[in-house]
Amino acid sequence: MSTAVPQGRRPHRLTAGRIGVYAFLVTAALFFMLPLWIMVVTSLKPMEEIRLGNILALPAAMTFEAWIKAWSSACTGLECNGISVGFWNSVRILIPSVILSIIAGAINGYALSFWRVKGANVMFGVLLLGAFIPYQVFLYPLVRIFSLTGIYNSLTCIVLVHVIFGLPTMTLLFRNYYAGLPIELFKAARIDGGGFWSIFFRVILPMSTPILVVATILQVTGIWNDFIFGLTFAGRENLPMTVQLNNIVNSTQGERAYNVDMAATMLAALVPLVVYFVSGRWFVRGIAAGAVKG
Amino acid sequence: MDTISIRAPSMPSGGTKTRRRMKTRLPAALALLPTALIVLVVYIGCMLWTVRLSFTSSTLLPKLDWVGFAQYSRLFANDRFLTSASNIVIFGALFISGCLIIGFLLAVFIDQNVRGEGLFRTIFLYPYAMSFVVTGVAWQWFLNPALGLQKLVRDMGFESFTFDWLVNQRMAIYTIVIAGLWHGSGLTMAILLAGLRGIDKDLWKAAKIDGIPTWRVYTSVVLPLLRPMVVTAVVLLTTGVVKLYDLVVAMTLGGPGIATEVPAKFVMDHLFERNNIALGTAAATIMLTTVIAVLAPWVYVRYVRPQGRHA
Repeated sequence: MSTAVPQGRRPHRLTAGRIGVYAFLVTAALFFMLPLWIMVVTSLKPMEEIRLGNILALPAAMTFEAWIKAWSSACTGLECNGISVGFWNSVRILIPSVILSIIAGAINGYALSFWRVKGANVMFGVLLLGAFIPYQVFLYPLVRIFSLTGIYNSLTCIVLVHVIFGLPTMTLLFRNYYAGLPIELFKAARIDGGGFWSIFFRVILPMSTPILVVATILQVTGIWNDFIFGLTFAGRENLPMTVQLNNIVNSTQGERAYNVDMAATMLAALVPLVVYFVSGRWFVRGIAAGAVKG
Repeated sequence: MDTISIRAPSMPSGGTKTRRRMKTRLPAALALLPTALIVLVVYIGCMLWTVRLSFTSSTLLPKLDWVGFAQYSRLFANDRFLTSASNIVIFGALFISGCLIIGFLLAVFIDQNVRGEGLFRTIFLYPYAMSFVVTGVAWQWFLNPALGLQKLVRDMGFESFTFDWLVNQRMAIYTIVIAGLWHGSGLTMAILLAGLRGIDKDLWKAAKIDGIPTWRVYTSVVLPLLRPMVVTAVVLLTTGVVKLYDLVVAMTLGGPGIATEVPAKFVMDHLFERNNIALGTAAATIMLTTVIAVLAPWVYVRYVRPQGRHA
């Protein structure tokens, strides 16, 4: 076995080296797992145990009380309806925002990579530059525009904002994907007399499944995790889960219930975590598609 | 390379032809119209509006007078802003270099044909899926001196152990860096690992024949080959640095005192809480100028120059 053809990176001769590799990786993994671990165990402990006990220890008297309280009766300021309110708000924001921003990105990407429209590349360049500009630069005028049109602090408003600021990434994602499709396909469809929309719906869209999955993963995690837009545009009635979580945790009335805080935090992290674990390699591909290829 | 020009190369561009081409492209142009309007109104319009407001004396409501650079001189005499600016430099430098170093190490170690590679990758990247608010709350809990890490070590018998960075004016910004590193290193690892996997296997054979030690191959040969991935990672991390807001709000709320204030929070506070629109927009304009100065050359080379379609 030791005389096999040298292949791969490093031959397995130094066992000490191998142990070192694993020691490093395991230590790193423990560091990365640590916050998740303490969140979970803290959320399952009663408060007395948190005050006296070890932050890393498993709960001695395990209880789901904090989770129930976090979901249905934790307080943000004066209201005590739990983080479930924020959860449903986030769902109501998420679904239209994801669908609309993906549709917009797909159409833009298709138009940009197959149709030569005058000035389209300039527009695309500006849009991309816009992706790097801090949101703070746009927020105040946007608030004014939305106030004037009367939709400020509404569901429509926050969805619109997510679509607007999702445009650069979504357009880039679809444009790059479509640029990788064989151009002959498009030419053939043109010769057959296909127009803009018929080619899009009959030829391009059926080939878009992989990029649609990637875009969905990116947008679901991105929009679910948004804080600043929800805070600025959603209005009191529609505050997303992240904003509500922050209000629960950093509301300073009375003694802090760490177990409830941590349960609420876990609840807020649940959706993106599920997306991450279910999507596996697709998640990485999403990042890669949005970044490396771009 | 292959352009999508559908017309034959030697076709005379007669009037009717052009008109017909314009007609077939009309739906495409119409499809791009909403985005074009958004680019014009939001990305360009709102940006210019913000810049314009920074030269006014607006407080609670926007005014359109002209006070020159008065807000900017006020800004650079403002302790809170100066702290914000220096904090973002500290955070940016440590966060980007830290993510690159940790991400590179993780990628290299994972690339050693280890068992359970998928598991390690999953563990290193999952923080990236979580929001900054969640990240901030989790680290705030772990680093709070009364019940967190400090108590843990003290209970283990090290009575004099102190780790109070979270509530220490001078050190608090570094706790934000730690939380940021936890959140972002996995991303760097994923990008660099993809790069490592793309390196020609023959390189390793050649290096082995020449008897070059593995670490030397990594530092002298592999790292230069990974340059595009490193650039990508740096750009992504930089945009994260500029946007730094939620993490601070959730973890320290800018405190203790003003020790962990950052520019994005300065702008938000002045626009929406302190009713000082002009000062807020002036700070936003400074952020804008900085970002443009750093990123414009990169965007130009990467996207604008290679016009049109290319794989």
